[in-house]
Amino acid sequence: MQTLVAYVENKPGVLNRVSSLARRLAINIDSLTVGPTENEEIARMTIVAHTDEKGAHRLEASLEKLVDVLLAENISSRALLERDLALIKVSADQQNRPHLMELIKVFRARVVDVAPESLIIEVSGTVDKIDGLLEVLRPFGVLEMARSGRISMTRGGDLLRPPVSASPSSELESAGSSVK
Amino acid sequence: MKLTGAEILCESLTRLGVREIFGYPGGAILPVYDALGKSKLHHVLVRHEQGATHMADGYARASGGVGVAMATSGPGATNMVTGIATAMLDSSPVVCITGQVSSKVLGSDAFQEIDITGITMPITKHNVVVTRAEDIARTVREAFLIANSGRPGPVLIDITKDAQQATAEFNWEASAPQLPPKRQRNNLDQAEFDRAVEMLNTAKRPIILAGHGIMVSGAMRAFEQFVRAGNYPVAMTLLGIGCFPANDPMNLGMMGMHGEAWVNNAIQEADLLIAVGMRFDDRVTGDLRTYAKSARKIHIEIDRAEINKNVQVDVALIGDAREVLEKLTPHIAPCDRGAWIRHIAELQGDSAVRDIQSLPDNGHLYAAHVINDLWKETRGEAIVVTDVGQHQMWEAQYYHHNLPRTLITSGGLGTMGFALPAAIGAKFAKPDSEVWVVVGDGGFQMTMSELATIVQEKINIKIAIINNGFLGMVRQWQEFFYDKRYVATPLVAPDFAALANAFGIRGERITKRAEVLPTIRSARESAETVLIDFRVEQEDSVYPMVAAGASLHDMIRRPNNPLVETATEP
Repeated sequence: MQTLVAYVENKPGVLNRVSSLARRLAINIDSLTVGPTENEEIARMTIVAHTDEKGAHRLEASLEKLVDVLLAENISSRALLERDLALIKVSADQQNRPHLMELIKVFRARVVDVAPESLIIEVSGTVDKIDGLLEVLRPFGVLEMARSGRISMTRGGDLLRPPVSASPSSELESAGSSVK
Repeated sequence: MKLTGAEILCESLTRLGVREIFGYPGGAILPVYDALGKSKLHHVLVRHEQGATHMADGYARASGGVGVAMATSGPGATNMVTGIATAMLDSSPVVCITGQVSSKVLGSDAFQEIDITGITMPITKHNVVVTRAEDIARTVREAFLIANSGRPGPVLIDITKDAQQATAEFNWEASAPQLPPKRQRNNLDQAEFDRAVEMLNTAKRPIILAGHGIMVSGAMRAFEQFVRAGNYPVAMTLLGIGCFPANDPMNLGMMGMHGEAWVNNAIQEADLLIAVGMRFDDRVTGDLRTYAKSARKIHIEIDRAEINKNVQVDVALIGDAREVLEKLTPHIAPCDRGAWIRHIAELQGDSAVRDIQSLPDNGHLYAAHVINDLWKETRGEAIVVTDVGQHQMWEAQYYHHNLPRTLITSGGLGTMGFALPAAIGAKFAKPDSEVWVVVGDGGFQMTMSELATIVQEKINIKIAIINNGFLGMVRQWQEFFYDKRYVATPLVAPDFAALANAFGIRGERITKRAEVLPTIRSARESAETVLIDFRVEQEDSVYPMVAAGASLHDMIRRPNNPLVETATEP
């Protein structure tokens, strides 16, 4: 499993270009999240791809060839913070409710909706943590689940920021119709 | 200045230096055609939109500039797909402009509406839909920039009819490209560079693998200086042919599936491969597990995605071929390569004697004769545009190109039907050059309707059909690998000379070796297009051949009695 971060133009069709590229390279995407950045014209993607280091290099380099991708980087080997968010609707009656509440506490999850027959639990953290909670909830009956997919960030001073808009293109434009 | 979107398009193309547009009109692009009529742009009416894209591609490859193709929405646009893919696989800068239904009805399955940007996403470097007249100038400028910078490729601009009809303020200065900012990578790492220099100066058996990228970056001079500095023997890919003169003693010839045997063997014995602007295509490497096992590898390449894709290299120098070579050459120490070069000559052995050119004339006509005579007669200086198949490989083997951009051929995609339209485009790019089409009887029948374009445009190209009555390369595979079961490869063709006449073109038919040279001469003397139908041996094969998936040194060689005699009328 390889984790890539990409900064892309925040406009229609870009997600299609990115996912279509992965399809073309026969790389299965395990999780892909997109969200806005502090610059509304730029979106940030976290792509978790089912491939090896070589495949990730191809994906990264090929992504950067797309005009709408500003930067793509394989961050798998770096110190990472990784988060996934899940909403889990689990069946809960009068009898097992106390037991459930205890488990939720252990996992530092919280209850965000209460109904007579069920609860919705919100949990965030690493994939392992959420999978762990899911495991213990299963015997109670998981009715429905929604997961956000992973977002990742490199730790500490290791910054991955979008390139600023000093357009490198102007000097190249004359190449348009020149005869080399 | 207020102009319509269509007028803005024509004005922008003119300002970008475009002279010719290869296209076919239709409903959704009609406003542009109306504006074209009032502009100085010359429109070449093709007979099929595939032809338009191949012409733009041929124009781009012959000139180094951008070729422009145009079509209407729907079927006009989908007919371009093969030509766009051809340009994509061979990194050719083509800009395709398609009309699209009005933005109000987009997505409603309107008449002749198709999602052409969706269809062409994987086969363009970039594509874009334009729905507003005020975006046209900037988009066209961006398209030209993208198409012909870095690793070139095709760009498609889909313009809705209402954007063509609407008016907007035209301001060229304010329409400069605004491409998203890109991360600037520090590609040429100093440590990698130093390692490359060390390898280049210590190798005992180096060989350069020269590719298309040398031509694309205009690195011919820098490349020659690099070769001289280190005395490196040069092997070429199919698309690399022409980047270094064939008559240079350091030029070994073409490598790969139908490359010269000694070239492939030299690669297998080398201790250093210096790959320049090539991508280790499977047609070049054969079985990767046995490929150049004892060689360290340096890869000079502008596209980072090509590094370690097929062949794991020791050093990657990412950048424009000319820039990288110019930086490397001053660090190359002079070196006597006498022993290695003599060894390669030994590998060459008796190849020349076994060559079909050296065998007695048995009255039959072989494709190799035709190509060899064409080469001699044109002194290796004509622009030759080939199709795909046996004749393409024979051309690469027997026509020795001394000049860059003189072999134009579909390498990556291997598109049959490419030659005739691409040659028309090449002639527009180089009107003073002699342009020859070398094409098989199969591929010619795919796009022969463009003969009418030749006549309508009154252009002068020469067409050599290598006619063996088979889809020859497929037949050859059936002979070698399918026990001579010739399924769907015998091919009926019209009388090509008579067909040419029907178009108003002079046509000749040649069946004997002695007639080849005089007919080529007479065709060259004509100021008009001439088509020559060369009836060659039907079941001749291209040798040597590395079977698909076999090791590069494991070549099928020409049999001892190489003269196959299968023609019905010798």
